[in-house]
Amino acid sequence: MTSQHDPMNLIISGVGGQGNILISRLIGRVLANKGYFVTIGETFGAAQRGGGVFSSLRISEVKYHGPLVPDGQGHVILGLEPLETLRTLQSYGNPDVVTVTNFQPVYPVGVLAKRLTYPDLEELKGAIEGLSRSSRFLKATDMAMELGAPIVANIIMLGALLGTDEIPINLEEAEEEVRSSFPSSKVELNLTALKRGFNGI
Amino acid sequence: MPSIEQYLPGTKHLLMGNDAIARGALEAGAHFAAGYPGTPSSEIIQTLSQAAKALNLHVEWSTNEKAAVEGAAAAAFAGLRSLAAMKNAGLSVALDFLTHLSYTGLGDRGGAMVTAVCDDPNAHSSGDETDSRWLGKFASAPVLEPSSVQEAKDMVKWAFELSKEFHCFVFLRGYTRLCHASSTIEMDDLPRSSGEAKSDTSKTISPYLAWPKHAAVLENLEKIRGRFEASTFNQYEGPEKPDLIIVCGGSGVPCSTEAVDILGLQDRVGILRLGTLWPFPVKLVKECLAKSAQILVVEEVDPFLEIHVKETIADAHMESRKVYGKGSGHIPGYGEITPDRVLSALGKIFDVDHEARNAGYEKMLAEASDRFLINRGLTWCPGCPHRASFWALERAIKADGRDAYVTGDIGCSTLDVLPGGKEQINLLHAMGSSTGLATGFGQLAPFDYQQPVIAVCGDSTFFHAAIPALINAVYNDSSMIQIILDNSATAMTGFQSHPGTGFNAVGDPAKRIDIEKLCRSLGCEVMVSDPFDIRGTVKAIRSLLKMEEGVRILILRRACEIVRMKEEKMRPYGIRVEEEKCKGEECGICSSEFRCPALFQDVETGNTIIREDMCSGCGVCADICPFNAIEREEIA
Repeated sequence: MTSQHDPMNLIISGVGGQGNILISRLIGRVLANKGYFVTIGETFGAAQRGGGVFSSLRISEVKYHGPLVPDGQGHVILGLEPLETLRTLQSYGNPDVVTVTNFQPVYPVGVLAKRLTYPDLEELKGAIEGLSRSSRFLKATDMAMELGAPIVANIIMLGALLGTDEIPINLEEAEEEVRSSFPSSKVELNLTALKRGFNGI
Repeated sequence: MPSIEQYLPGTKHLLMGNDAIARGALEAGAHFAAGYPGTPSSEIIQTLSQAAKALNLHVEWSTNEKAAVEGAAAAAFAGLRSLAAMKNAGLSVALDFLTHLSYTGLGDRGGAMVTAVCDDPNAHSSGDETDSRWLGKFASAPVLEPSSVQEAKDMVKWAFELSKEFHCFVFLRGYTRLCHASSTIEMDDLPRSSGEAKSDTSKTISPYLAWPKHAAVLENLEKIRGRFEASTFNQYEGPEKPDLIIVCGGSGVPCSTEAVDILGLQDRVGILRLGTLWPFPVKLVKECLAKSAQILVVEEVDPFLEIHVKETIADAHMESRKVYGKGSGHIPGYGEITPDRVLSALGKIFDVDHEARNAGYEKMLAEASDRFLINRGLTWCPGCPHRASFWALERAIKADGRDAYVTGDIGCSTLDVLPGGKEQINLLHAMGSSTGLATGFGQLAPFDYQQPVIAVCGDSTFFHAAIPALINAVYNDSSMIQIILDNSATAMTGFQSHPGTGFNAVGDPAKRIDIEKLCRSLGCEVMVSDPFDIRGTVKAIRSLLKMEEGVRILILRRACEIVRMKEEKMRPYGIRVEEEKCKGEECGICSSEFRCPALFQDVETGNTIIREDMCSGCGVCADICPFNAIEREEIA
């Protein structure tokens, strides 16, 4: 495994509707097929209505772990939204953590209602950088819009995650899983998205 | 993705806890499954519904949990194997029947029944975090609790065998961190039997002559206790003479293992995990506790194991044992169990420090949190009919001017009470309670109560629990308005079918119960409006408010946007903002008051911008803009 940690804790955080659960299970299936002991934990439900959606993967060569990551033990954080990367760092960050963030905000409803102010993006970026050993940012929503399908921003982010070489999955393995898990009419689009993300990081 | 029955025996697959429960039922040869959706339980029935046709099962979304357990019990009485599934709140609805079912047993046709109840510690998606284990005990049922996804499948299979052998239903407790956790588990055979359902008409089964039956129930439970004492679902792992034994169940098991590993206490701490919780395996626990003078109990949510551990210690005169847990304050009496909660308890007991991170990093986190972190509240999806319904309700109530009181209900409409909603609901409780509570307020006129009362519920909730209360309101002549937000789905839990949708759990066409006709049959004034017709809806609510007597009903009919999008796959309108007409900051009605996530005000110009990646094209914003600055164009 690329990581020194066992279990390695990968956390994916975002907002309802961004396809968080889909990519965590896709990663989980690839790793499980490769013989890793994988446990995925998911927090959703009412959360899918505009709230935060959170999933964690605990990846081990030794044994199964519970779905809950202990505080301060996130190794890689894939943030589908900048504020959610910071929120995840609050619980699971540590000086050695690697973050990959879709740097395009989804405004909380409190911001729309003018009860809250979304932080300045550059300052937010600085904070994430300061709290990560390595931090990458990309505009996955724009990239997905370029492909004519905002829905594939999550797959672009998955590609970016693979591009960091922080989790033990290579591009070909992910492509194979995309081929077998999407309906045939969606395969090409998602393969393109995966590659864009992989090369975009 | 393959359906769950397609996995071959001997192969391994990544499954969610709820899928594992479903697969376990299939491997046990279940023929019948019924439930009502509720997080975190919904995927059990959903997964079984996908396997129903291939395996010739009966799988249904029942109108409510009581109907579900009664249907499942009937199958068991007829000699089949059945599963009922629900969330903790639903168990309260089913409990009346289940307490009787323990007294009668399942008859002697060889049937079996497992009731899976999924709790939501931390109340992620619930109104409370009730611990259903008490209610399993209350209903005199054997209670099992798996601690991993693999165990969930294995335990369900075993639960069916127990149920068959002891002629009683078995209670399986799930919880969020099991139901919504996934790991790789191994598949076993799927037995295929068509089942020969038949009732024995020579006998009467009833709970009457209750006390001798209760005595028999207790005797049966003692036999089951004997079986539990020897169960491999209860295991001790650790040193022969540990300084401390952790007694744990469910989510407490992985959290305890992890905490002991992190602190490197494997040589000093042993772990007794219990999977069979009630009847409590007293002998096994007593023998194990003899190994150590200190005990920590780790479980969620209530001290269920803890009081039984303490009872066991008292009965065995082992009072010198020190028991830590919720009673001692080492583990909080609320919320989820986490590895960190166990770390903290062990830290106090062994006087060791565990720092998740160094102080410098903690300080940076705290600063970033203070400066940048804001809450992400829940709100309705873009294009949700509820946003328009509550917008209209707010306007109608203001125009009426008599301080109307609004009772709310469970489902997506609940989001109104949050800052992302319209905050029109004044009182919110259980499923169907909008109607029952409004009925009561509507009967207070003799005590000088003068406010109009409006109940608001969704369509699935209406069928689940509002109908009896509505009949009560008519019969007892309450003065109230019932608004039914009919979005043609049980939307909050994942768009499951219900009696008003016209199809059933397995996707076949079903008789559609017409809410409007049903309401008219009660002799009430009934109006119907499209919530996207805001003016028409405000007018309808106002006219019902003006009628001061009796039960008046308004059905706001418009499909859930996500359901519509799945079917139509395209937006109805393109939405455009005319910049010269938009008043921007001065106005802000569309973004800050209507609060559609697809609309926001540009930081620099203040003008409204449509977020193309989120907009559903519903076009309601065009109607609420007072300056006609938002245009909708039909998409050909």
